[in-house]
Amino acid sequence: MTVATIPAPAFAIERFKLANGLRVVLAPDPGAPVVGVAVVYDVGMRSEPEGRTGFAHLFEHMMFQGSHNVGKAEHMRHVQSAGGTFNGSTHIDYTDYFNLLPSNGLELALFLEADRMRGPAITEENLANQVSVVKEEIRVNVLNRPYGGFPWIKLPPVMFDTFANSHDGYGSFVDLDAATVDDAKSFFNAYYPASNAVLSVAGDFDLAQARELVERHFGSVEARPAPVHPSFNEPDLSAERRVSYTDERATLPAVAVAWRVPDPVTELDDFLPYVVLGELLTDGDASRLVERLIHTDQTATAVAAHTTFMAEPFASRGPTVMLIQAFLPPGNAVDTVLGTVQEELARIAEGVDEAELDRVKARVAAQLLRGDDSVMGRSRRFATAEIFHGDASMSARFPALLGEVTAEAVAQAAAALTPNRRAVLEVIPGGAQ
Amino acid sequence: MSNVIPGLAPEVPLSLPVPVERTLPNGLRVLLTRRPGVPLAEVRLSIPAAHADLAAADLLSAALFSGTETASMTEIAQRLQGVGGALGAGADPDRIAVSGNSLATGLPELLEVLGDLLKAAEYPEGPLAVERSRIIDGLSVAEQQPDFQVNRVLDARLWDGHPYGHQQPTAAEVAAVERDAVLALHASRVHPAGARLIIVGDIDTDAAFAAVEKALGDWNGAGEPRHMEPLPELVAGPLVLVDRPGSVQSAIRVAYPAVERTHPDNAAQHLANLVFGGYFSSRLVMNLRETKGYGYSPRSRVDHSPAGSIQLAAVDVATEVTGPALAEVRAELRGMAERPPAADELDLARRYALGSVKLATATQAGVANYISVLAASGLPLAWLAEHSERIREVTPADVQRVAAERLDPDRAVTVVLGDGAEVREPLAAFGEIEAA
Repeated sequence: MTVATIPAPAFAIERFKLANGLRVVLAPDPGAPVVGVAVVYDVGMRSEPEGRTGFAHLFEHMMFQGSHNVGKAEHMRHVQSAGGTFNGSTHIDYTDYFNLLPSNGLELALFLEADRMRGPAITEENLANQVSVVKEEIRVNVLNRPYGGFPWIKLPPVMFDTFANSHDGYGSFVDLDAATVDDAKSFFNAYYPASNAVLSVAGDFDLAQARELVERHFGSVEARPAPVHPSFNEPDLSAERRVSYTDERATLPAVAVAWRVPDPVTELDDFLPYVVLGELLTDGDASRLVERLIHTDQTATAVAAHTTFMAEPFASRGPTVMLIQAFLPPGNAVDTVLGTVQEELARIAEGVDEAELDRVKARVAAQLLRGDDSVMGRSRRFATAEIFHGDASMSARFPALLGEVTAEAVAQAAAALTPNRRAVLEVIPGGAQ
Repeated sequence: MSNVIPGLAPEVPLSLPVPVERTLPNGLRVLLTRRPGVPLAEVRLSIPAAHADLAAADLLSAALFSGTETASMTEIAQRLQGVGGALGAGADPDRIAVSGNSLATGLPELLEVLGDLLKAAEYPEGPLAVERSRIIDGLSVAEQQPDFQVNRVLDARLWDGHPYGHQQPTAAEVAAVERDAVLALHASRVHPAGARLIIVGDIDTDAAFAAVEKALGDWNGAGEPRHMEPLPELVAGPLVLVDRPGSVQSAIRVAYPAVERTHPDNAAQHLANLVFGGYFSSRLVMNLRETKGYGYSPRSRVDHSPAGSIQLAAVDVATEVTGPALAEVRAELRGMAERPPAADELDLARRYALGSVKLATATQAGVANYISVLAASGLPLAWLAEHSERIREVTPADVQRVAAERLDPDRAVTVVLGDGAEVREPLAAFGEIEAA
């Protein structure tokens, strides 16, 4: 089967912009009686100020603490009272807020998102409360478990030099404790204007009615200029960088290796072969590194390759990376694994079999389609496609674009991943063995 | 701009697909559901495995894809990948489960691969040894995770002597499993009688059933059906402290009794759990997270398993607030009977419960998972509609009654994992402490 034969679902998409600059994506589909409402702001961890690591994420928490017409915790209460669920998530290049509700809750969700787009109600008290909650989140996900922050927090400072690209986006406790209500106001003023956001609605709704509701609730949100997005670019590595650290709770050696890749937005055509390469390397037992490292050499016990630190190739800007991480059986050497990875990359650089490439593309397409079956997933992906690629309908075209990646392009991508351009992070197990 | 919070449009009724049910002559129950949307198919196979050796079942699940008489592991993986597919397997005390998905057009090929594995998996010595080592390596990492550590102790404390008391094998148990034991387990248990295959997706149910017949019609052999005993009554006792030196958080787990899905109190229990800690707007979250800032994710849930049901409250908190946090969990639990929800608090949970069913059945994978979970308790998907109607009828008095009967911290099992040197003294205020 070739990717060209895979039928893509035809989601109708309407896009328009309000006078205040808010970009709107409406994608009606009556498949299930639910509606997804997502708002994506074009600001992520890279934009937080020095001395305020973790602030983009902390601010995301503050967006749930109430707004003009909504009290503390009432956003959640209203959405849940409509039978819906909600969440927010902070990424390297964006922050999203999303709601999934039975379709009769559409207007409520639009009202709630519009209300906080006018500004959250931040007080000393609820800020202190959420600083405490975020610290517990970091303790659960980073400090109190093996391999916490590996590699997404630990690798960027090896790879990058600038504050924007290298700092810990979860934040230090010192910086979190230093956050003030004024910081939050400044951050909102700078990065949360309607003109820096995309509203995306997917699922079971009437297009004309939704359009009217969007105008009614978001039309009067103040018009403010969007921030200028600075380039975060910095030079590629010219010599290998390597850092190791001991994780007291880790039991297995682990390694992450990363190389800079073309910009996922401005150099999309050159970036896509790396997305395919990641799947070719580690998706399933037939993939190159799983077969070689795990089953043949038995020098790794788990291995995964992907582009961008959070594995979201279509929702990232540059500079970013192709990343391979492996966990090793006790006593195995990281250098052996790195040597084998380079060997396998060199083999791919010599040429890739078309049949193998077609299989990989079929699996990639199926995984993207599976994400699109969820109304919530769909609304979020339409929004990030609009933010990063200037067109929500690009979201439906990614499988086809990946399908057009040639064997030659994948080989060239592999050839570019040379040892002198790599950043390596090694975890030395200190845990009970 | 309107500053009046809008109400809801008229409710859209719950609409559930109706699975087509067929049984193959070899005993395999097949539930097929057409749910268009994306051009994919979801597959869930459940094979009863009560009283199977858990370490052997884990190894069987991991090595099921390692090769057959006619195909190598790589060839099997390539066939699946070629149709955009993947399969995985896992075991628990009740069953061995195989699940996966593929492009809808590739469903016949995925079923052929599945049939080959079920009928002819060889568990070759080399790949089996790799999978054995990988399970052991994975366990060494899991055993450093607070949640895994505390659950192991909690299971043992709750269900000692019942298979549910030991749900995660040890590295030594896995290391001791030889190929013969895996082959013997496959020969005795991997059979269609009593097994259930669920397919949901953009499929024609007749064509999909024909593909099942072709791929699995000759899957056969005699099984040894074993019955799983019902869970014993929960027995309260001293607080169990699991020492984890240097832990920067304490994992608090409080387990208390529950009735099964078919019990008349189930709908009231469902709503009582939501009000207490089952969703963000619950008392537990508002108190421990949004007021006190003690924990990121305080929560409670009702677990319905084939052998019985249990309720569990859980929160991970900073070491220094371990005592106060446990006191709040206990107070909120007791508060459900002492301060029962008023009509508005109950209605909020009720509307959330009714909406959740619509959200959870809005994807192919969601429908497949719900059919599978309910079938494990002998219930059809349509049970969700009946349950929704019962949810509408629950009164505050019903919630107070089920809370008084079961939400009592003094009749619960409490396990705390944390830095013993720091938390032993504050926990002593709650009574006797037993070391894990």
